[in-house]
Amino acid sequence: MTKLGQWLCGLALLGSAWAALALAPPGLRLPAPYRQALLPLPVYLLVAFGCYSLATVGYRLATFNDCEEAAAELQEHISAAREDLRRRGLRF
Amino acid sequence: MAADGGDKFSVLLPTYNERENLPLVVWLLVRTFRQSGNNFEIIIIDDGSPDGTQEIAEQLEKIYGSDKIVMREITSILFSSGTAYIHGMKHATGNFIVIMDADLSHHVSLYSIKQKEGNFDIVSGTRYKGNGGVYGWDLKRKLISRGANFITQVLLRPGASDLTGSFRLYRKEVLQKLTEKCVSKGYVFQMEMIVRARQLGYTIGEVPISFVDRVYGESKLGGNEIVSFLKGLLTLFATT
Repeated sequence: MTKLGQWLCGLALLGSAWAALALAPPGLRLPAPYRQALLPLPVYLLVAFGCYSLATVGYRLATFNDCEEAAAELQEHISAAREDLRRRGLRF
Repeated sequence: MAADGGDKFSVLLPTYNERENLPLVVWLLVRTFRQSGNNFEIIIIDDGSPDGTQEIAEQLEKIYGSDKIVMREITSILFSSGTAYIHGMKHATGNFIVIMDADLSHHVSLYSIKQKEGNFDIVSGTRYKGNGGVYGWDLKRKLISRGANFITQVLLRPGASDLTGSFRLYRKEVLQKLTEKCVSKGYVFQMEMIVRARQLGYTIGEVPISFVDRVYGESKLGGNEIVSFLKGLLTLFATT
């Protein structure tokens, strides 16, 4: 199954469970307080996921390494390379 | 195993207008391989560069020997990473294939790649883990990179932390199988390979790499790239 397929199945499952419990056709009634709490649940989850995403990306952005040493090392290598290749007859 | 019983590494370098960088990349590779004592060859696949890349490649072939440097040209409007690799693999005599860009962005010690070779089918470089990182990136570029990677992880759950880096090591037969199965173009192709590799049950090891920004030339990243990235991502989401 494709990832899209997995998402659709998951959403269908959760969606129908939520609809059954929160929108409550008669016969499957939970007590009113529970139904009222369940009703806005999808929106809450969406907002929670949004916050999680922002926090995660923010954290990863802040901890993104800067490779100062690697850059310096690379510059040295480049000089050495040009030296060596010139000696071996490379016409740049 | 390669014919003589040892491991041999074939490095595929697809190039377009890399006249400045190519000698430096080759020099670094030769030096690293000689230091580690590994058997290697470097296969340069050029897309008909007008800047004399091929001429430089031929000079390098003379300097290092044509058992070590092989130059192949393909001029085709279908030149994308996929076709370059397929073409390159035909000439590769090693049992491991290393794929990297010739733009000097991948300043990597191949030691660590070899070390990580805990019998993985694929070893992938990552900028996001361990002491991997970048150099010369402004905040905006870092944000885009992290944001794009986050969306990718959520949608594709690929099992690898960095999908758009293109420094990788593959077993030859694994790469052959994957290039058959993957249909995307450009760097989305790189992403697709990892996703499909996971589906086929191949093991993937990761190595932190330092991604030093281009020394010469211009890095191929712009607004168009972002749009095409999202398109490619959604395509992979829907088809894999």
